[in-house]
Amino acid sequence: MKEELFISGRDIPFIDPYLNIWHWQIPVYLFLGGLAAGIMFFAGLFTIIGKEKEMETTVKWATFLVPVALVLGLFALFLDLKHQLYFWRLYTTVRLESPMSWGAWTLMFITPLSFIWVATYIKEAIPNWKWKISLVENLEVIATKYRIHMAWAMMMLAIVLGVYTGILLSAFNARPLWNTSILGPLFLVSGLSTGLATIMWMSKSHYERSVLSKIDIALIGVELFLITHLFMGFLASSAVQIEAAQLFLGGEFTASFWVFVVILGLIFPATLEILELRGYKIPVWIPAFLILLGGLAFRFIMVEAGQITRFLY
Amino acid sequence: MKTRRDFIKISTAGAGAAALGLSAFNWKGANTLLASNGSGRVSDEEMTPYPTYCEVCFWKCAGWTYIDKSGDIRKIIGNKEDPHCNGRLCPRGTGGVGMYEDEDRLKTPLIRETVNGKQVFRKASWDEALNLVASKMKKTADSHGPEAVALFNHGSPGSHFKQLFHAFGSGNEGEPAWAQCRGPREVGFAATFGSWVGSPEPTDIRDTNCLVLIGSHIGENMHNGQIQEMSDAIDRGATIITVDPRLSTAASKSKYWLPIKPATDMALLLAWIHVLIYEDLYDKDYVGQYAFGFDQLKAHVKNMTPEWAFGITTIKPDIIRKTAREMANAAPATIVHPGRHVVWYGDDSQRSRAIAILNALLGSWGKRGGFYFKEAVSVPKYPHPKYPHPKWDWKDNLNGKYPLSAMGITTELLKASIPEFEYKHQIRSWLVAGTNLPLTIPNKELFQMAADSVDFICVVDTMPMDITGYADVILPECTYLERYDFIRSSPHREPNIALRMPATPPKYESKPAWWIAKQLGERLGLGEYFNYKDIEEVLDWQLKKMDTSLKEMQKIGVKKYPRQSGALYLSKGEEYEFNTNSGKIELYSTEFEDHGFDPMPVYTEHPQPEDGYYRLIYGRAPMHTFSRTSNNHNLWDLMDENSVWVNPKVAALWDIKTGDHVWLENQDFVVTNNPVKVRVTERIRWDSVYIVHGFGHKNRKLSRANDRGVSDTRLITNIMEDPMMGGTGMRGNFVTFLKEDPNAEEVEL
Amino acid sequence: MRYAMVVDTRKCVGCSDCVVACQTENNVPHGYCRDWIVEVVDGSYPNVEIELRSERCNHCDNSPCVRCCPTGASHIIDGGVVVVTANKCIGCGACIQSCPYDARYSHPEGYVDKCTFCHHRLEKGQHPACVEVCPTKCLYFGDLDDPNSDVSKALRNRKWKTLAPEAGTKPQIYFLT
Ligand SMILES: Nc1nc2c(c(=O)[nH]1)N[C@H]1C(S)=C(S)[C@@H](COP(=O)(O)OP(=O)(O)OC[C@H]3O[C@@H](n4cnc5c(=O)[nH]c(N)nc54)[C@H](O)[C@@H]3O)O[C@H]1N2
Ligand SMILES: Nc1nc2c(c(=O)[nH]1)N[C@H]1C(S)=C(S)[C@@H](COP(=O)(O)OP(=O)(O)OC[C@H]3O[C@@H](n4cnc5c(=O)[nH]c(N)nc54)[C@H](O)[C@@H]3O)O[C@H]1N2
Ligand code: SF4
Ligand code: SF4
Ligand code: SF4
Ligand code: SF4
Ligand code: SF4
Ligand SMILES: [Mo]
Repeated sequence: MKEELFISGRDIPFIDPYLNIWHWQIPVYLFLGGLAAGIMFFAGLFTIIGKEKEMETTVKWATFLVPVALVLGLFALFLDLKHQLYFWRLYTTVRLESPMSWGAWTLMFITPLSFIWVATYIKEAIPNWKWKISLVENLEVIATKYRIHMAWAMMMLAIVLGVYTGILLSAFNARPLWNTSILGPLFLVSGLSTGLATIMWMSKSHYERSVLSKIDIALIGVELFLITHLFMGFLASSAVQIEAAQLFLGGEFTASFWVFVVILGLIFPATLEILELRGYKIPVWIPAFLILLGGLAFRFIMVEAGQITRFLY
Repeated sequence: MKTRRDFIKISTAGAGAAALGLSAFNWKGANTLLASNGSGRVSDEEMTPYPTYCEVCFWKCAGWTYIDKSGDIRKIIGNKEDPHCNGRLCPRGTGGVGMYEDEDRLKTPLIRETVNGKQVFRKASWDEALNLVASKMKKTADSHGPEAVALFNHGSPGSHFKQLFHAFGSGNEGEPAWAQCRGPREVGFAATFGSWVGSPEPTDIRDTNCLVLIGSHIGENMHNGQIQEMSDAIDRGATIITVDPRLSTAASKSKYWLPIKPATDMALLLAWIHVLIYEDLYDKDYVGQYAFGFDQLKAHVKNMTPEWAFGITTIKPDIIRKTAREMANAAPATIVHPGRHVVWYGDDSQRSRAIAILNALLGSWGKRGGFYFKEAVSVPKYPHPKYPHPKWDWKDNLNGKYPLSAMGITTELLKASIPEFEYKHQIRSWLVAGTNLPLTIPNKELFQMAADSVDFICVVDTMPMDITGYADVILPECTYLERYDFIRSSPHREPNIALRMPATPPKYESKPAWWIAKQLGERLGLGEYFNYKDIEEVLDWQLKKMDTSLKEMQKIGVKKYPRQSGALYLSKGEEYEFNTNSGKIELYSTEFEDHGFDPMPVYTEHPQPEDGYYRLIYGRAPMHTFSRTSNNHNLWDLMDENSVWVNPKVAALWDIKTGDHVWLENQDFVVTNNPVKVRVTERIRWDSVYIVHGFGHKNRKLSRANDRGVSDTRLITNIMEDPMMGGTGMRGNFVTFLKEDPNAEEVEL
Repeated sequence: MRYAMVVDTRKCVGCSDCVVACQTENNVPHGYCRDWIVEVVDGSYPNVEIELRSERCNHCDNSPCVRCCPTGASHIIDGGVVVVTANKCIGCGACIQSCPYDARYSHPEGYVDKCTFCHHRLEKGQHPACVEVCPTKCLYFGDLDDPNSDVSKALRNRKWKTLAPEAGTKPQIYFLT
């Protein structure tokens, strides 16, 4: 029999018996960041290819959610900080090696951008809207002129943001479950998908929904492919990673992952979307809601499970 | 049983746990905003060190107490000049800060009172409490003589109250250090070498080439000097041989671990003696010059072959031979360690004798790498009138039992307190200082009966330990970090003394023992025996006679003196007279013979556990001292409860896993009062279970220690008495597992 | 200069003195610790072996905790000592996630804390508190760049290992086996 124990009674809050230093705030932050990235990406994309008219919800109305999501997300991140008074320290230095740092800086740029974007559409949304200050009025006029440039910037930054939500985790060598390059693309795709689901839910246009739905089905396909690869990668890797994968293959996260994330969050909604495209009548909120829920569950599970996995020595 | 004196868990104040509010905005870090570094570390330069010697165990290492500008104790560091510690305290000494900081400490004198038919402790002034104690002592003395008041003590406070008792006229004092600890080995070694082993042990581990540990678990038994020297011995590649049914930490570092069947050590020791003699491995010159009774011994062990011992001990004959040869090869730089807590199976003085004899055959007594000749400085006695001569003391109650007992036997004092035992002389009142009797003395029923029988109990303690629950008056002593005590002068290679002085004034209303003893003395009309203003006057007087002064000692803490008694070791062929009847090392003990005991140790078979039962063995954890540290926050962080060690085979049989909780029930159907956590481990034999002593407190005022873990003492109801010196052999108890809460009626024993 | 610590597992008795000494020296709050003791028991009775390790931050040469820190609060000072500046730390926990040894913790005050190699003592030419107190003298400390330092000598003369070298952090706490 082999026995390994701390005999100095080590029992540090949030660290022992297993790490749980990150709580609900981080998955919520990652979820909202991914969602915002998704909406911005498609808003930018359809603006660039000149589909503002056909894809009104995508380009205009859904983007009103972006600043809200980003601010809430940042707020969640802020809540998770344990030394909150020093929050400003994030913006006194740029540390390229630290995903946390470039994530913070990306948000620093993308959040104002999202506000400006929304501002340029606010008059369409609220017909009697008036900026009280003439300077703002003038700025809006300028911004509206540069919309196409903003769309490019938004699309690029959205990709950075989406990838960042994954890399934030995958940069941690020490947590075998996170330590895989698949996490970046996987989180990006999942973020895009949750963004799409939100837009679909909001959209009244049948055409817009069917365009988005097709993209979404493709994204879900990619997601399932990446998840398969994720596990194949783990199983072909070191002992600690095999152990990490076991959490989902019989271990304590098996049911929640496969049921909530894969079946209810990906396969089932994708099926519904396919049926819908084939002409079956399916209330749009159902697949959208499931995708959002699945996306949220995915982040919760990854953050939680990842912290449990560790190097053995 | 309805008793006169209820056990009171000092719990007057309601303890409402403050609910912790969860707030999203928890502006932590406001404190760090200004400071450049968050940690509240203070540099040594900003602190003042005061000399002390440690009271967390009886090794008494000297050290420095550092206090910061606000007068708080921050850390305790060993004194580099001190041979007990060489500048390095053990975890308990380092964690001694926790004793001072403990918010559960006794804060004021307390007096037992009955309110509405319920017994409670009420706060009292020192004056009231001292008057009450003095009047009770006087009352007992007036009707039964001062001898009817007994002192139970251990450690530094004891010395002050002994002074009081001598002046008062009672010689009835006992400490667990004799009958629950090292008594047997002093008897065994005195019979052989004419000298006690004493504390600290004069084992020359620093220079040894072979260290033999018989159930002495150095490394868990954290006696500092020994640990340090054992570590050096490991570095030097010395051979270590450990005999223990459990893979002790020391065993894991040994070249030979002999996983002996418990209770059979005597057979192994005799077989080793056999091999040394019959393989001609013993030190012939040494034995020839210094020993008495070799031929008798040779004849005595003739049939005690390794093959014979194998059948008893389960240790293979070739291992017995090999280890005997290792010892002989290294001799005289070989130490067969006398151990310290040696009250195991009732024949303990004889087992210690066998150990002494082995050392004699190896020629290690008085030799480098064996045992050195220790020397202490004698501290001059502060002048006082002659002490009265008590009319009787505990010895007069023995009727010829335990003839070799040289110190008070705690359990005999308890029995003398119970009228049903019909002792010639009765004990009526107790003063208890620095010993936690309910967790220290086995056979709790005896203690309980005795506590119920006596008229009055005064307890001087620092903490609301179990013993305080039995008191009529509790007097709070301050911790060793806040007081003076007598000068430490202990025997060592180099004679030395150490000073303990307060680093800060006592917290709360606690007071030092010297002050309490003096106050009681004055109230008893014995003021002339305490003819000084305070202890500083006494210490300065003594120190001035020792070539130093209180002032100098306050600066240096430890002072060393040149040896007066000759060399550390015997030189070759040196004439030497041992303090025995024959003047020689007695392989054949004339003293034992005179008292009708076996002059040479014999093997007696001790009971082994029945099916389904396991021998209860116990020992130390390096981070705790008995029960006194269980509530110390620094040490509690390291270990907050004990667990029962179970061999995996046994665990499989009972279907129990690490982390499960079980109750233990002993052969007399006594059950632990709490469940205990299981540790399934290969470190323990299948016929035994192991628990660390000192847990299982029952006093709610101990906010951390109360109800944590279990008390081994509670399960020790079978006592195997040592007929020579009254030791309470405690390892003949067998336990079984109860997996369900036995729901036994909570009897507060 | 490259500071390192060497732990002789053959001498360590697991007494945890190093843990208490660190707590009192560095005012580590109750319930937290910068160093800790691991006991590994292997084999089956009576052929059992025990390894005792006093562990702490490895002051890694390739330290992920420093790299992932968004504010620069975690950084490396003279001698390769990895430290955290409390008033730069936002308590994001990234460094805690990044350490394969779980050597860091979130101080109740909010910032992240860990072993500092007692650099406040090193500056004064003293050894770390844990090294000074260890009753078995099984902790060695010194400069690996100095061939005559205690640590260099110990590593030359004995077999040693580091913990989880496969994590790639280049730990600087060495365990003599
Ligand atoms: N079951 C079992 N029983 C044992 C042992 C065992 O291993 N198992 N070991 C035996 C041995 S070897 C020994 S030596 C004895 C030890 O027996 P004790 O000396 O009784 O041991 P402790 O439990 O430390 O109790 C010490 C008491 O002194 C108090 N105290 C501590 N410091 C001070 C102080 O400065 N002043 C005052 N006034 N009080 C203080 C503590 O609060 C505590 O109540 O126990 C023996 N009994
Ligand atoms: N940390 C710490 N250190 C202490 C103390 C403390 O409280 N805490 N107390 C001090 C005091 S006062 C004392 S007296 C000493 C006691 O220290 P020791 O004299 O070393 O202690 P024991 O309790 O006799 O020994 C316990 C060991 O005996 C083994 N054992 C049990 N049964 C048998 C048997 O039948 N045969 C053999 N060969 N071995 C057996 C147990 O497995 C265990 O390893 O420790 C001192 N040092
Ligand atoms: S051995 Fe430890 S507890 Fe005992 S006196 Fe020394 S430092 Fe104190
Ligand atoms: S102080 Fe030394 S012997 Fe004790 S646990 Fe720490 S490293 Fe090991
Ligand atoms: S042990 Fe952990 S905290 Fe220390 S330097 Fe290495 S990675 Fe950083
Ligand atoms: S918790 Fe503090 S030290 Fe750690 S990465 Fe965040 S800012 Fe840096
Ligand atoms: S080096 Fe200093 S900070 Fe690090 S574990 Fe040792 S005592 Fe603690
Ligand atoms: Mo003892």
